[in-house]
Amino acid sequence: MEIPAVPKEVDWREFAVEQLIRLMGVSAIGLVLLIFLFLIKEGGPALLEVPLSNLMGQRWYPTFDIYGLAPLILGSLLVTAGAIAISLPLGVATAVFIGEIAPEWVREILKPVIEIIAGIPSVVVGFIGLQIVSPLVREFTGAPTGLTALTGVFLLAYMALPTIISIAEDALDAVPQSYRNAAYALSATEWQTIWRVVLPAARPGIITAVMLGVGRAIGETMTVMMVAGNAARMPLGLDALLRPVRTMTATIAAEMGEVARGSTHYHVLFVVGLALFIVTFAINLAAAMTIFRRERGGGGRFLA
Amino acid sequence: MNNTATPGKAKLVLHDVSFYYGDQPAVRQINLRIYANEILAIFGPAMSGKSTLLRILNRLSDLAEEGRLEGEVLLDGKNIHDPDVSVIQLRTRVGIVFAVPVPLPLSIQENVTYGPLLGRGRSKGELDELVERSLRAAALWDEVKDRLSESATALSGGQQQRLCLARVLALEPEVILLDEPCSGLDPISTLKVEKALLALKESHSIVIVPHNVQQASRIGDKAAFLLMGELVEYGVAEQIFTRPKDPRTDDYITGRFG
Repeated sequence: MEIPAVPKEVDWREFAVEQLIRLMGVSAIGLVLLIFLFLIKEGGPALLEVPLSNLMGQRWYPTFDIYGLAPLILGSLLVTAGAIAISLPLGVATAVFIGEIAPEWVREILKPVIEIIAGIPSVVVGFIGLQIVSPLVREFTGAPTGLTALTGVFLLAYMALPTIISIAEDALDAVPQSYRNAAYALSATEWQTIWRVVLPAARPGIITAVMLGVGRAIGETMTVMMVAGNAARMPLGLDALLRPVRTMTATIAAEMGEVARGSTHYHVLFVVGLALFIVTFAINLAAAMTIFRRERGGGGRFLA
Repeated sequence: MNNTATPGKAKLVLHDVSFYYGDQPAVRQINLRIYANEILAIFGPAMSGKSTLLRILNRLSDLAEEGRLEGEVLLDGKNIHDPDVSVIQLRTRVGIVFAVPVPLPLSIQENVTYGPLLGRGRSKGELDELVERSLRAAALWDEVKDRLSESATALSGGQQQRLCLARVLALEPEVILLDEPCSGLDPISTLKVEKALLALKESHSIVIVPHNVQQASRIGDKAAFLLMGELVEYGVAEQIFTRPKDPRTDDYITGRFG
């Protein structure tokens, strides 16, 4: 029996759609590449003008042509790590509550409320930080000022939460119901089912959630600029959280308006941007590899 | 409808059991006795309430939204819905294997020890022994003994299904429920599962929803025919498959409908 040929027209359409999708996929990668090239183009001159030992230094005094990036990079990493340390357990717990425990009507209320939190402009969060969080931090820790890394950590945690919650909740939602039934059938309690079956199965999605939360925290500018004190000092030592800190993003935002276009300082700010880009990229890469390795190790085949 | 062939006390007794999803009855007024050391095959067309009936027996039906149960289910004479009955403990006594094997995303060993470890701590030696015994009873040991730490999801469909059986056996249940355990399996895997069940019968009560009438007649000691949530006929399997009393049973097993 002869297999009927696919009509020419359908064939052509199929081709067009395929190419369109390919174009879109490639352009997404292309855009990232363009940003990277742009940063290199603008930051490149700084690498020629400023010796590398200067850029690697521990002090940032642009007025004296001292451009040590370390305090800025560490500042960003400190507030981001602190923020994730708070928002990861809180966010996943909230996601578990919404996805697994809360009754339907609570879920219907909570989900839009969390999306509203995500929509609060960062300036407004900064206001809350200045007026409420920072005095509290000063009072409770006895720090000389309330504008500290810790204040930034709290606010960034708050801002990363909605992202983590909604992505983690999607991940929990995607865990097949059959896993839960299997666990219950094996005499697991509700908590044992969540902790030992649902969460591990949702792990790749939860890692993605955390990564997006990291992206949100590390890229946040306005809030940290308002509340973290902006002193470019190395955030080392035990009291680093209770001292002011300056992030890469805040530095760029604060100084970009002041520099002469084309000056060394101007180019160095692009190097800061480049550093931010690379740090974010490295974190994402590490996360992707974790997921990848787990999936390979955890058996490639999925359920029928 | 009643059975006189089996002496002794019934392991499970269903007394006027009905189950509703919302207003929709799934099973109605079921009266059934399930004995130890026997395989009961519950068969009938799709949507006749077989799976619901199985899930009632270990209270997985509790998880159904808007599910409602009437009547009572007695396990060794004790109502399983009594407030002092722990549903967790009940599910260790009455284990279930689903139609689609659901290996948890863990290793083979961890899948088997998952249930036992939920309850209480056990020594390593005790666990290893339990794993081997459960996998042997499910006729899977020889195939997986060298790769217990590998992921269970990499097993073939038939192996996964036997793993799910082993996992239930590791709970050391008294009753084993099986919901079309061979529906996705090739004939050889099916044969292995059936052989395992026939051996398990010596020490367990087994209730199986077979995926076809042939399987029901191959392994069932007793058989129950369900139609639209109603228990049409129940009795010794051989009699039901050769000389059914109800014309509807006759129609079904001779393939005139369903």
